This record gives sequence, structure tokens and C-alpha cells, in this order.
Amino acid sequence: MTIKKSVNFQDIIKYGLLAGLIALSLSAIGFITLLGERELISISGFFTLGHVFLFAAPLALAFTIAEKTHQESKAKSIGYGFAIGAIAALPLVLLIFAASAVDIRQFLVNVSPELITLLTFGQSLGVGSLLLALSFGLVGAFAAIVSVLPPKIRRPVINSLSWTLIAGTFSEILLGRIRSLFGRGFAKLIFSGEALNPLFAVILLVAVAGVTVWWDSRGSGIKSQFANLSPVKQKKLQRSRIAFGIILMLVLPLILGSYLTEVTNNVGLYILMGLGLNIVVGFAGLLDLGYVAFFAIGAYVMGILTSEGALGLGFTFWTALPFSVITATFAGIILGIPVLGMRGDYLAIVTLGFGEIIRILALSDLFKPYIGGAQGVLQIPKPSIFGIALVKPEQLYYIILAGVLLAAFIAWRLRDSRLGRQWMAMREDEDVAEAMGINLVKTKLMAFATGAAFSGLSGAIFASKLTSIFPHSFNLIISINVLSLIIVGGIGSLPGVVVGSMILVGLPELLREFAEHRMLMYGILLIVMMLAKPEGFWPSEVNRRELHAHDELETANSD
Amino acid sequence: MLQRLKDTDFLGLVLWVFRAAMIIMIVWGTVATIIENPYPAHTWIDTIVAGIAQGSLYALIAIGYTLVYGVLFMINFAHGEFFMSGIMTATIFVAQPMGASGFLDRNPILGLAIITVVAMSVSVGIALLTERVAYRPLRKAPRLVPLITAIGASFFWQYFFRGLYGSEVKSFPQLESLTGKVSVVGIEILKTHIVVIVAAILMLIGLYMFVMKTKTGKSIRAVAENKDVAALMGIDVDKSVSITFAMGAAMAGIAGVLYAVVFRQVHFFMGFIPGIKAFTAAVLGGIGSIPGAAIGGLFLGMFESVGPGLFLEGLGVPAPHQLKDVIAFTMLVLVLIFRPQGILGERLAEEKA
Repeated sequence: MTIKKSVNFQDIIKYGLLAGLIALSLSAIGFITLLGERELISISGFFTLGHVFLFAAPLALAFTIAEKTHQESKAKSIGYGFAIGAIAALPLVLLIFAASAVDIRQFLVNVSPELITLLTFGQSLGVGSLLLALSFGLVGAFAAIVSVLPPKIRRPVINSLSWTLIAGTFSEILLGRIRSLFGRGFAKLIFSGEALNPLFAVILLVAVAGVTVWWDSRGSGIKSQFANLSPVKQKKLQRSRIAFGIILMLVLPLILGSYLTEVTNNVGLYILMGLGLNIVVGFAGLLDLGYVAFFAIGAYVMGILTSEGALGLGFTFWTALPFSVITATFAGIILGIPVLGMRGDYLAIVTLGFGEIIRILALSDLFKPYIGGAQGVLQIPKPSIFGIALVKPEQLYYIILAGVLLAAFIAWRLRDSRLGRQWMAMREDEDVAEAMGINLVKTKLMAFATGAAFSGLSGAIFASKLTSIFPHSFNLIISINVLSLIIVGGIGSLPGVVVGSMILVGLPELLREFAEHRMLMYGILLIVMMLAKPEGFWPSEVNRRELHAHDELETANSD
Repeated sequence: MLQRLKDTDFLGLVLWVFRAAMIIMIVWGTVATIIENPYPAHTWIDTIVAGIAQGSLYALIAIGYTLVYGVLFMINFAHGEFFMSGIMTATIFVAQPMGASGFLDRNPILGLAIITVVAMSVSVGIALLTERVAYRPLRKAPRLVPLITAIGASFFWQYFFRGLYGSEVKSFPQLESLTGKVSVVGIEILKTHIVVIVAAILMLIGLYMFVMKTKTGKSIRAVAENKDVAALMGIDVDKSVSITFAMGAAMAGIAGVLYAVVFRQVHFFMGFIPGIKAFTAAVLGGIGSIPGAAIGGLFLGMFESVGPGLFLEGLGVPAPHQLKDVIAFTMLVLVLIFRPQGILGERLAEEKA
């Protein structure tokens, strides 16, 4: 039914150059070099995460073209794939030669000798460039081959490749965990150095492919078996699943070890903030870019009340916690009042202004005697239970877990409550909502207050977790992070917040190379998500239906 | 806006108290400062001139916000990055080599012209690319969606250029012919300030003429009025929107060069805060109006420059110049709360606020 546009020579060049420019940009900003340090499969340094990202653009664009053409002729689309890849190498080859001719680093700091080595596979300029073009061409051809494969073979191939890449990417962390859980000898079988053993990589490839084939042939049978169970049994199964989830959450620090628990804790703090902003943005539709202000207020109240330094007032964590949350809630209401009449983008800019005002005030000499100015608040004690200080990340985990569960429960109950439905009505159309008898002022302030309370709680835990806080920790970037994570997860979706935090906060902490380019990737993610998947990775039911109502209508019509 | 909340007397009261408190604070601070008289007269004049120069920069950047908002009703959050990208690239590739070789001092006008052309082209290129990829496909989407992509684009470009050129502050070469002061009607003014003010006035007048007098300008105004009708009249809407973005970015590119001439340093984060402040200026003057952007820019620049000394000094605030940005952001909040249509705003009806 779709209109086929035949692909001509110009398109090939266009796509090839586009892929080449993307690869060139990634190289020039230092992304490729940085990721080149993370080896996935140990084949003398030629299989790094850098290579994966270098080849990503020609791979994706060759695949797109092949998808368009493979109904005409399979051989032709494979040829196209190779051509796109080879053309994509052109800008990079130019870069290689330019770097050898002039000192390009005085302009582009990241075009380093390491990058050139990576691009030329350690060979001389000429041979290296040829190798690069050839490998790009082969990658393009490979993408085209995958695209022309029948779906029965395609799925296992794609699955096994992606799982192997994922295992390789996290091999450093996997190695550490497997070593401490199963012993050194076992880990040596799987890994060599800090990357996957090539032999094991092949085994993994085959195994995943096998499982996929098996699941494709039998999976629907198992699913229907489950669906055919009696409702009582289904309910039982579901209950045991929930019980398993709870037990898993409780013993998680034991499995993860100290470092991964620390990462989980950071993810947890962002989940807390995300749950709050999700109420403001997702439920009530008020785009708040100054959300970090409440996080800062929660943290500062906790810091000043409990600090053992000069500024402190000698509270304990538990007595200070309610004050943190209440102050943040009040701040939410107070900052909410002036913006009640604003909508959409004006609201976003004003709240951004609020966030900046609070940060600058915290930095200024004006409030220095009370909150420490640029030196911040130091010597904040860690929380303690029954006189035992919770120092280790494994211990703090439970406090954060309790906070997250509480917030998630509140958010979940609020969503389907009268208030939640009022928020959503207001989000869809303020005027209609008002006409239906909803008190806009009260409803909006409730959204700001609830969101601020969650953020304040997160800030309070953050302060006592870090034991010292500075105004610089509370800049706009945090607001953007939280906004990004609820958008990536799915606006208005509670599990989406968890998924978003894991992707946007967890991943960059696990792969430190990503942390360097974290904001760049957030930017791309925000754009790509809005263009391609505005409902997020784990959309809420309502959003899913709303955004795909159009598709469903179309399919219904075409049937 | 206040009508919407008329039924809630309590809130009206709160806002009224808030407004009264602000006014009392400003008046009190001003009076106290005047009585105290901490600075000599020429300091005030210097501050005012610096404020006008700063305001001219804001005005040039604000044009981009106003034009795009006038046509698409969206806040182009990434506009500050258009400003940054042009002058960053021009500094690294043109200005620094020319400064090092001495070319810039031998031919200052030609040198500045080349820098300006490079900066403008890069700014325009980045703007067109952003519009094409991140905004155009979403023109029919709910209004928050393009705002979110704009935020994404803003951070993408910031960190893209950080990766490209490095995160440290880059110095822009000093022009010998532009150092020092000249006396204009008895007032000593920095030469760089004069360049900024004159250039900004010329550009603003030129742009105003372009939008008002040429056929392209007319088509842009038609698209701003009503896209569908404009399309029916045979106007290429996409092209007009692209031209609008290009014009805004060209102004931002020039503002970038002027910024570099005054402050002599560039940085990947330099576009963000001036961007938000220029947006404030656009709103202050009345968003959608070109003269409004100019007046808003001047007002904001003056407030920011004179404000800390005039309002806060008298209130006994220590180191009031740290709070320069607070004054700008407070202005933004106050304007949006109490007069969202701005000083010259005639068109900003409620549905746009």
C-alpha cells in the first residue's frame, strides 16, 4: 500500500555522505576515542565500543536503504549497502589525511593520534584508509544482508548480536560480579582481560540465536498455556511474582555489591525526583524546569538542621526529614502561586528562572552566614537507625528503597484518585476542566506541592548521603536530567520513571565514558524520543491509546 | 490573566501584596542608595553605557526569539546556541589564527568582516539544521513537544561544541584599534561599546526594513498571521519559516562577534544565560514585535547593569553584583506575571500566554 520510491544513485551518495558526516562528528567530538577504550570482545583491540558507534551510522543508513529496495532485487540492495558504507568512509579518510598534513588539534582538540590509530586500525595512512573504507562497505553490505533475510532468520541474528554486544559492553562489571560470586577460575573461562573471550562470544551468539529460534517456535504455545490457566491460578502466579519482586528488592545489595549498590542508590534518588516531576509534568501537564529548586531546598534544610559543622542546629536525620519535606512542599506552593495563570512554554521559562534565582541566592554573600555560600554545608551526618549509622551504600539503599516505594505508592494511588483525574482533565484542557467545576488553583497547587514534596525528600536523602552539599550541585542540569528521564520512560507512566532513571542515570554511571558525553546524549534522546517515540519506552495506558489512536484507526480502515 | 483568577480573591490579594512588596523594595533601595551616594557620577555613567551596550547585545539575540515566536508560537530554546556556535567556530578557525599572524591588527575592518561572515554562516547553518531536524516535523504536535526538542537541541549543541573545541575558555584576540576610550559629547566611552551600539542599531533598522518593505518580509508576516491562508495565497510556508530562523540566527551570529569584541573570550556555555536573558528581553518588549525586542533589550541591559548598585546597595545587600542575574530573572518573572504582553505588546492575546 505504501508508495514505493525507487532509490537512485543520488540517494545512495546522499545517505552515504550523511552516514559519513555522522561518523565524522562522533569522531571529532572525541566520542569514538573515549569509547575506544572499552573493549567488548578481546580481538587485539579491534572490537571496542568505539568501533560499534563508528559503524552505527553506516549500518543504520544502509539498513534503511535496503529496507526500501530489497523488494526490487536482493543483490542490488546488498550492493547499495556496500556503496553507502564505502562512501561513508570518505569524510573520515579526509580527516585522516588532514590530520597528517596539518596540526588539526589546535582547532579540534579531540582529533588525537589515538583517534587516527583507531580509524586506520594501526596501519599506515593509505592502507588504513583502504581498510576503513572496506570495513565500512562490509558493514553496510552486512546491514543490507540482514535486512533481506527472511524474518525467521533475521530475528535470531539481530537478537544474538545485540545480546553479545550488551554482554561485551558491561563485561567489566559482569567480570567483577562473576569473580566475586563464582570464583576466579570460572570468570577466566568467560573473559580475557576485561573483555569477552572471543570463544565465549561465539558461544553466546549461538546460544542466544538458539533460544530465539526455540522461543519463536514454542513461545506462543507457552503464552497461551498461561492464558488458559484458571483465574485463581493466574492470580496465585501473579502474587508469587510480586512476592519474588519484593524479595529481590530486599536482597539486591547482596547480589550487586558495593559499587553497583551505590549506582542503584543514585538511580533511586532520581526515581524519587522523577516520580514527583511526573506528577507535575505527566499528570498535571505543567512543564516545570526549575524542579531542582525543591531538591535543593530539601537538601539545604536537611544539611542545616543536622550539620555537625558551624552552621548546624543539631537535629538528627529522622527529626529533620519532616522539616525538609514540609519546607519543600511550602516552597512548591509559594513558587506555584505566581505562575498559576501561566501555561505551557511561559511556565517553563519562569520556573527555569526560579530555579536559577534560588541557585544564585544560595551562592551569594547575602545568605552566606546562614547557608554557607559557595562553601556549602559540610559535615552532615549520615542517617542512623537505633544508634547504628548507615554508612555503607548497602545500608543507605534501604532508606532510599523505602522512600521510593512510599513515593511510588502515593503517586500510584493519586493517579486514579479524584485529584489525579482532575489533574489529567486540567492537562487536556484547562478551560473545559474549569467549566466542569474543577478548582484550577487548588488542583495546580496540589500538583506543585506534591511534586515538590517528593523532590524535597530526595534532596534530604541526597544531603545526608553525600554528607556535604554545595550550590553547584543544584544547577539546571538536574532539572533537565529529571525531565529527560520521565520523557524517555514515558510521560505520566510510573514504571516509565524507573526505566528512564535506569537508562539515563544508571547507564552513564556504569559506563563512565558515557558520563563525559551525558548531556550530549540527553539532547539527542530528547529530540529522537519526541520525533520517533513520543510516548516513551514504557508509556502509560492513556498515552499509548491516545498517541496510537490514529494508527489503530488507519489499520481498522485498511482492514 | 488576572481575570482568570478574579473569583479567587485570596490569590489576587497575594499577587497584589507581592507586587507592592517589590515596588517598596525597589523604591526603598533606590532612595537609600541616593542618600548614601556610594559612587561618583562617572561610575554611574560608565554603568549606564555598559548597560546600553549589553542591552544592544540582548536586543540582537532577542530578535531571533521574537521572529520565531511570531511565526511559530514556540520558544526556540536553542537560540542561545546559535549565538554561541557561530562565534566559537569563527574564533577557533579564523580569529585566533588571524590574531596570531598579526593580520587582524593590520586590517581590522577586513578581519572583522571575515569573522562576522564566518560566524553568521555557521549560526545560520546550525539554525537551519535544527529547524529541519528538530522542529519542522513537529509543527503540528502539541506545543510542549517542540519545546522539549528545543531543550534537547540546546543541550546537544552545547555539548557538541564542547566536544569539538574543548571545554576551556577560548580567548578572542584583542584589536588594537578598538582599545581605549573616545570622548562623545563630553562622555568618555569605550570604543568597543560604541561599535556594539552602532552595529546593533544598524542591524535592527536593517532587519526592520527587510521585514516591513521587502516581498520576503511580507511573506513572513503573512505566515505569522495565518499559515494556512498564507499557503493558500501561494506562499511557501516552510521556506518562510526557514528564512525566519536564518534571519534570527544571522542576528545572533553578529551578536556573537560583538560579544567577543567586548568580552574577548568565548566558551561553549556562553549562549545559555544570554539566551534566556534575551528571551526575557523579547518578552519584556512584547514578544512578536521587532521594536519591542530592541526596547526590551535596552531595558534589561540597563536594569541589570544599574540595578545591583541602585536597588540592592541601599538595602545593605553585600556584594550586590553577584545578584545581577537574579535581577534579570526576577524581571522575567514579574513581567510574565503582571504584564505578559510586554511594553509594546499589542498582539499577545491570552491564548498565547
